[in-house]
Amino acid sequence: MEHVINLFKDYTFQTVALGSGILGLISGILGTFAVLKKQSLLGDGVSHAALPGVVMAFLLTGAKDTEILLLGALTSGLLATLFILNIVKHTRIKFDSALALVMSVFFGLGLVLLTYVQKIPNSNQAGLKRFIFGQASTLLQKDVYFMTVCGAILLLLVILFWKEFKLFIFDAEYAKSLLFPTHRLNLLLSFMIVMGIIIGLQTVGVILMSAMLIAPAVAARQWTNRLWVMVMLSAFFGAVSGISGTAASSLSDKLPTGPAIVVVVSCIVIFSVLFAPGRGMLQKLIHRKNMKLLLKNKGGGADVSST
Amino acid sequence: MSPQLEILLIAITVAVACSLPGAFLVLRKMSMMSDSITHTILLGIVLAFFLTHDLSSPFLIAGAALIGLATVWLTETLNRTKLLSEDAAIGIVFPLLFSIAIILIAKYAGSVHLDTDSVLLGELAFAPFNRLIIFGYDIGAKAIYSTMALLLINLVFLIIFFKELKVVTFDPILAAVLGFSPTLLHYSLMFLVSMTTVGAFEAVGSVLVVAFMIGPPVTAYLLTDDLKHMLLLSALIGMVNAILGYYLAVVFDVSISGSMSVMTGLVFFLVFIIAPHRGLISSLRRRSRQKLEFGKKTLLFHLYNHTVTENEKQDTSPHALTAHFHWDKALADKIIGILLKEENIFIEDEVVKITEKGQKQSKMDYESLFAE
Repeated sequence: MEHVINLFKDYTFQTVALGSGILGLISGILGTFAVLKKQSLLGDGVSHAALPGVVMAFLLTGAKDTEILLLGALTSGLLATLFILNIVKHTRIKFDSALALVMSVFFGLGLVLLTYVQKIPNSNQAGLKRFIFGQASTLLQKDVYFMTVCGAILLLLVILFWKEFKLFIFDAEYAKSLLFPTHRLNLLLSFMIVMGIIIGLQTVGVILMSAMLIAPAVAARQWTNRLWVMVMLSAFFGAVSGISGTAASSLSDKLPTGPAIVVVVSCIVIFSVLFAPGRGMLQKLIHRKNMKLLLKNKGGGADVSST
Repeated sequence: MSPQLEILLIAITVAVACSLPGAFLVLRKMSMMSDSITHTILLGIVLAFFLTHDLSSPFLIAGAALIGLATVWLTETLNRTKLLSEDAAIGIVFPLLFSIAIILIAKYAGSVHLDTDSVLLGELAFAPFNRLIIFGYDIGAKAIYSTMALLLINLVFLIIFFKELKVVTFDPILAAVLGFSPTLLHYSLMFLVSMTTVGAFEAVGSVLVVAFMIGPPVTAYLLTDDLKHMLLLSALIGMVNAILGYYLAVVFDVSISGSMSVMTGLVFFLVFIIAPHRGLISSLRRRSRQKLEFGKKTLLFHLYNHTVTENEKQDTSPHALTAHFHWDKALADKIIGILLKEENIFIEDEVVKITEKGQKQSKMDYESLFAE
């Protein structure tokens, strides 16, 4: 217990936990829309596609400031998203194939650029890989401020376009017939999701970011049928797993933060899928058993087959 | 054999070996499963390593392939609960397994060389260092033989089960009726995919396996409708990508596997733009042609219905027409121009009128639209 109390007084821990918590909150909210739009894996794709942007930003400016690298990541993430959307729009290739292709090609380009950078003398590119694979423990207070500002902007956008997003997600055709600019709404939403992913990159890394986007939303989906409750719950699950993952990693020796967060959030998903009232597996099993009993007691016996 | 030639040979073999099962992944809408498997096999490797304590043990490959299957099974089980969509199931299973693998490595395998970088990134340029030596004779790089074996297994499987795979892919219910087990075939295919992934990722890194598996088949998918042609074409495209990518890497002195996947992207992009029937250009052309056709028909129907009414002038002046259909002026002029040329309409006192030929045409259009 004393460990835990000491931990919460620790300044580094406060920073990292706050950062992870905010990240969980943002990705929880945005993830709700990604999951409902059946584009959950966009997060995975975009976070891979960010690599060439990061290296390119470093190549062009020589700087390793978080903001500049993030700007590069954002650009190439958006570019990849545009490619994917256009391939799907103009050919018969399905979303998942387009995603897999664009993602791996962008990542390959990133690798090419990375090996190119390594050959330039005097370039100190040591931080780049860390940026891609994520290292929550290196979060600084500056980064947390940055995340908070971006998060606030994204949150504001969600509130502003709440009605439009809701309509667009559940009935895009209807939205179109009401003359909502569905194409632009789709772009805006994708842009926001990409931005959320990019913010999270340096905390949990490329691969684990997709879990942060999907898992809280999937867990929240099991408990409710209302959009605003789902968004709230998802944000809550995201924040809780961010903070408790950080705590677990600080308390245990050699436990990396990003994976710890993912394990926590996956546990929440498993719990929700099993025990959520109404939809959960347990409820379904009980319901099935009751139906069987009912059938046995009231529905008669084997005479069904004999007629 | 020179190291350069060996690398090229390995690259080509991997590209062809990956593109064959990849074609079925694309057709079965399971492309992202390959991405998922490339990540989770890390867990298989780690677990097998804890059992054998030997990094070169073949059990590592077996463990990885088994975890690949487990990934597919877990994802599908989660999907079958109907509580979440398929893509969400993929997105939950693979980060979890991957995280467990990373935690295991960080906690218990810190001293061995089993870092995530080497698994994820892989480098083809180092493949020739790993020699296969039999009875003291150096008979070439190990990866040549392992990838060749992989290619052979894939080829044999595809040739033997081609008919079954075809039916299962395009009509699983028919397959079940005919007495093949779609599930068994599905898992065999998935086993092939995870084995190929494991075999290839050593050489090219796990993310790029996805490019090799999905890239060539997706490109071929834009060029043909025939499954056999698609398989042949994807093998060919994979080969071309590997060769071009290799020389690109040599020229710029960068990562070989990376530049091969860049080449995959470029070739796809080229085909995406110029492919006959399914490319961007022909798609845009078809759309504008359809728009014109639709406009012509609409205008004729409109004129046909309005020639006898009293307010003819109001309804059928070019200006009124443009406003009525929400057409912009350029489109309206174009459509009217074409119809004039075809002698379906004529203009009299600033009023567009339908000719007898146009009436016939309109009637024909109507009948073809509402024919049974």
